[in-house]
Amino acid sequence: MTIPVSAADWIVINTELILVGTAMIVLLLDAFNRRISDRISPWITLVGVVGGLVSLGFLWGQEYTGFAGMLVIDSFSVLVKMAILFGTGLAVLLSVDYLRREELAQGEYYGLLLLSTVGMLLLTSSANLIMIFLSLEMLSIALYVLTGYARMRPRSQEAGMKYFLLGSFSAAILVYGVALIYGALGTVDLAGVAEALTAPGILSNPVLLAGAGLVLVGLGFKVAAVPFQMWTPDVYEGAPSPVTAFMSVSTKAAAFAALTRVLVFAFSDLSGVWMAVIWAIAALTMIFGNLVAIAQNNIKRMLAYSSIAHAGYILVAVASANQLGIQSIPFYLIAYTFMNIGAWAVVTVITRKGEEGVGLSDYTGLFWRNPLLAVSMGLFMFSLAGIPPTAGFTAKIYLFMAAVNANLIGLLIVAVVTTIISAYFYLRVTVIMFMHRPSEVSAVHVPIAAYVAIIIAVVATLWLFLFPNSTQAFTEAVWRMGL
Amino acid sequence: MNKELLLTAGIHLLVAIVILGFILFVVMYMIWGLRRIMGFMQVRIGPNRLGWQGLLQTPADALKLLQKEDVIPKGADRWLFTIAPIIVFVPAYMVYVVMPFGDGLIAKDLNIGILYVSAITSIAVIGIVIAGWASNNKWSLLGAFRAAAQLVAYEVPMILALCVPVIFAGSLRMGGIIEAQEGGWFTNWFIFRGYGIPALAFLIYMAAGLAEVNHIPFDIMEAESELVAGFNVEYSGMKFALFFLEEFAAAFTICAIAVTLFFGGWHAPFPFLGENLTGIAKMAVSLFWFLAKTAVFVFVLMWIRATWPRVRVDQLMNFGWKVMIPMGLFILLAAGTVVTLGWVKL
Amino acid sequence: MIAELVIFIILGIVAVSSAFAVILSKNPVYAVLFLVINFFALAMLYLVLSAQFVAFIQILVYAGAIMVLFLFVVMLLNLTGAIESLQDKLPAQRWLAPALGMVLLVEIAVVFLSGFFAQVPEASELPEGFGTSAPVGMLLFSRYVLPFEVTSAVLLIAMVGSIVLAKRRP
Repeated sequence: MTIPVSAADWIVINTELILVGTAMIVLLLDAFNRRISDRISPWITLVGVVGGLVSLGFLWGQEYTGFAGMLVIDSFSVLVKMAILFGTGLAVLLSVDYLRREELAQGEYYGLLLLSTVGMLLLTSSANLIMIFLSLEMLSIALYVLTGYARMRPRSQEAGMKYFLLGSFSAAILVYGVALIYGALGTVDLAGVAEALTAPGILSNPVLLAGAGLVLVGLGFKVAAVPFQMWTPDVYEGAPSPVTAFMSVSTKAAAFAALTRVLVFAFSDLSGVWMAVIWAIAALTMIFGNLVAIAQNNIKRMLAYSSIAHAGYILVAVASANQLGIQSIPFYLIAYTFMNIGAWAVVTVITRKGEEGVGLSDYTGLFWRNPLLAVSMGLFMFSLAGIPPTAGFTAKIYLFMAAVNANLIGLLIVAVVTTIISAYFYLRVTVIMFMHRPSEVSAVHVPIAAYVAIIIAVVATLWLFLFPNSTQAFTEAVWRMGL
Repeated sequence: MNKELLLTAGIHLLVAIVILGFILFVVMYMIWGLRRIMGFMQVRIGPNRLGWQGLLQTPADALKLLQKEDVIPKGADRWLFTIAPIIVFVPAYMVYVVMPFGDGLIAKDLNIGILYVSAITSIAVIGIVIAGWASNNKWSLLGAFRAAAQLVAYEVPMILALCVPVIFAGSLRMGGIIEAQEGGWFTNWFIFRGYGIPALAFLIYMAAGLAEVNHIPFDIMEAESELVAGFNVEYSGMKFALFFLEEFAAAFTICAIAVTLFFGGWHAPFPFLGENLTGIAKMAVSLFWFLAKTAVFVFVLMWIRATWPRVRVDQLMNFGWKVMIPMGLFILLAAGTVVTLGWVKL
Repeated sequence: MIAELVIFIILGIVAVSSAFAVILSKNPVYAVLFLVINFFALAMLYLVLSAQFVAFIQILVYAGAIMVLFLFVVMLLNLTGAIESLQDKLPAQRWLAPALGMVLLVEIAVVFLSGFFAQVPEASELPEGFGTSAPVGMLLFSRYVLPFEVTSAVLLIAMVGSIVLAKRRP
């Protein structure tokens, strides 16, 4: 018997294969020679990530379906995969010196990071509910471990445990939903689901509705949408900072890709039902994330709530479910990747060994201690708040336009108001950095790799504002894709 | 109501009773054999008074056990303490459903026979662990811990080794595996074919099997010199008898499965010793060969028991995880390779 | 057909009540044992569905191996006391959780009763050898080869992860 894997199948998973191969090299190297592995595994990882990006470049503009429709390569998935890989690459740059500072083991860290990335990439192209579940598990299990990676630090342990328990619970809910959908429609293929939904009378099938609802809950947990967000602050705070940077952007990107694919493409005929739900979730998420973020004095928790709020904004695009909305999702994800990882990079650099120094007061007068760092952080804060001249502004404009086109005026008002609210706590950080003089001026030591990461993030944040057209070709192609 | 249904049920019941009787008989004489053989090997006599050559000794012992007081220790978990021996014995008995005693002498030739065997036997561990925990006794709890660690460690290589003949035969069915070794001569048995891969699998299987039935040299879970009697130290009377029964029934099972998978099952070693027969004669001859081969392995087990020392806990775990499992994976890969590439005639 | 229904109902009752017993048992060892019973009932349900291979893999992997490790850990930790002390941290959730759970249960019950049975398709003839190892293996290595391989990666992650979290470092 031969295993029927066609050429298209290999093309569809080639990015994933490159990264899995890199992960194997890193893991084996660590097993055989820890000394060498400690020195070079981050660079091997980076090479793998860059290789993945190159392979995505080759896939650009092409459409493939592999493994009997289980995986799909289209512009949407390629763009989101790029966002994920940018996130991974920057996280690796942050990790190099962080792991040394915290005296954590190196080899397995990069192996798990890469495998988690592979899970995200798979999730992005999954067009089958089984694959969605499996790749979700793949990325989550690696992240549970990475969250608890600093196992000598109780906060990290606690975060890992919480994430694990709630994450497995949400995975169970997701599987139950998948089972119900299968029971109602007899298929787990998203294309098959879309087709089955055209049958008369099926839309009011309660089993289908229950299944779709449960799947929504499972994915909502991963994107940290209210009311499934309660794990976010604790996990983001307790996890090692580079891991938080990674999971706050890449997981979100992958989970949103899956959510979009499930809702907009597979369940589009059911949009009458889920539209209201997504509307409510998006509004709640934006309001809750931004309001609670105001009260935070811990920068990691603040960024965690900010990340919840941003999930709400992206949900607006999902809710609009029109051409512009779908196009704006990858753009928003890419912009968010750079600005959020940039912010976390600064946090990583400022914190001291053992994740000390995460209070807002630790940023007092940062401008006098390290002007470049302060300016970058200020830029990221502007971008997160959606203030020009940053990528965050452009992304939000796209998003609001999508909402206008979809006639979601109520949601648009919520989004605008919460954006204004959010300016308060983002700008507070800027004020603290620039307006307050520090009691003592001690220079902040910034490792080279982290500098590189921050500069890349700054450049990209500005670039996406100045030349949004450079990505227009990308985003325009998104709508043309089929399932 | 339904005559046919009743008839089928009756036949099933009869088969079950016959098998139970067979187990009781075999275990009794395995115990007798063990005592005589160990006596012989250790230059003493063993039971030889009751009946001819002491043949009635074990039935008498069994009767004695039945009459004994059934002690449930204070502080024990009564309920679990009582069901533990049952949980241990029932799987050992259920395995005999697929036992290929002879050509046509198999209660139910399940399509997934060998998987059934490994699945069912794996349940006995739970009974052992419960027994150790419910007894409320340090020694038995330690025995239970050792049992859990050991049985999980050795189940994996055992299943890996079982996969080899399955790959060669292309079937999980007991009958199918035996048919694949047909052909008259003993050279058709798996053990003598496939570049020694099945032979290696057999060694892994037997070692893991010894551990599974907590036989010397892997009997650390009852290790009488350190743990008194391990998980069953508090048991007496009928419940203890059930543990005893399970241990020997499982040992017989291990040998019988080894014969089935690697030594041609019910086939005679030479074509002129069992071919060209039909009907009852064929059944009887095949039964004879099956039991004879199994008896050889049972004897080897007793031989090992009489002569080998017991390994230490850490040695046991190291051997299981670091030697047996890699070896099992290796032979699985090797078997898959030679079969896929067509290097063996199947 | 009637016999099948009776068996199904019995197994369903066993499965559900043992699942309840898992969460209601005060003693974690009992909880684990009820979980074993639950897994058995599920395996038997698979058998009723003619899925022999899955049924016995369920017994082998869950009842046989995983639950033994569960028992091992639960006995080793001796959690009985620890659980008592955990119970009253959030007194409200003791009542809130079952209440909300009941809401969900009623919801699902309504869902199922309102239209599911009407739409259950007729049982179709099973293909030859359904549920045995050969067709399952064929499916796993052809149509579902990708999920199968991804599962292996997931297991690798779990293995590496547990070693990372548990290994003693010099």
